[in-house]
Amino acid sequence: MLEFIQQPWTWWVSGALIAGIMFSLLFFGQSFGFSSNLRTICSAAGGGKLLKFFDFNWRSQLWNLVFLVGAILGGFIAHQFLSNGQPVQISENTINDLAQLGIGAPTSAQPDELFSLESMLSLKGFAILALGGLMVGFGSRYAGGCTSGHAISGLSDLQVPSLIAVIGFFAGGLLMTYVLLPLIL
Amino acid sequence: MKFIKFLILGTVFGIVMAKSEAFSWFRIQEMFRFQAFHMYGIIGTAVILGAIGVALIKKFKLRDISGNPINFYPKEKSIMRYLIGGTIFGLGWALSGACPGPMVVNIGYGYLSMIVVFLFAIIGTYLYGFIKDKLPH
Repeated sequence: MLEFIQQPWTWWVSGALIAGIMFSLLFFGQSFGFSSNLRTICSAAGGGKLLKFFDFNWRSQLWNLVFLVGAILGGFIAHQFLSNGQPVQISENTINDLAQLGIGAPTSAQPDELFSLESMLSLKGFAILALGGLMVGFGSRYAGGCTSGHAISGLSDLQVPSLIAVIGFFAGGLLMTYVLLPLIL
Repeated sequence: MKFIKFLILGTVFGIVMAKSEAFSWFRIQEMFRFQAFHMYGIIGTAVILGAIGVALIKKFKLRDISGNPINFYPKEKSIMRYLIGGTIFGLGWALSGACPGPMVVNIGYGYLSMIVVFLFAIIGTYLYGFIKDKLPH
């Protein structure tokens, strides 16, 4: 049994569990949207004194911060107890494409070229991590949600704004993948 | 104690993100290169089951655990904010290989460099709050 769950989980099991998480949150009177936490953290850190956008009762969002803590814990558990140590099973085509960008085939879950501590401490490596995070944080709040809020919750409710946001996610993702990434890496 | 259920749900979320490999930069690249069905399968399954469930909740006017109706609020009508904001998000998603949830899952998994990504995501959110009134919405 343990060996079975230590293998990567197939797409439909993972997708069904994500839908299950969304429905559980609705049942508990909340909704599934992770990037709200970023705004909550800005507010909890005192951002509301300077900007009206962060002036709200952030304690009402504590449940979501607890969810965030759980997500960290889940990552820890997955690595410590549920991993068989195999690298990510991506397609040969992707491995070949990434090789041309100087990214080696997976040896774990993430490429060392971008996420090793050594890379983080280099100027270019740090700049890539910082810029990526900055755009995710800025863009998710500008668009009013991220993958969970728009692509999962919003599309499940057949909301047109969420569809537009997801089209934007892909426009930006394709631009980065095909045009900018070859220049950056 | 009232928060324990959210801790458990968050933990399940983190485990699913890691075990489905959706938290991996490699998988996000594979998705944006349309070279595997995996990520589309995950998101597609979640959305199809989600849409069926949401329709049933509305049809049968289901209530939450405290007996309140489960409401869905239509998002504000606009094109610009979703398209521009979404595009900026997508640029960051493909570069860092992580949206906000998977960022913290990576930190728990042991990829401490994701702390930098997450801190800058907070800064990015703050920056949006700082200049939002000057942006088209």
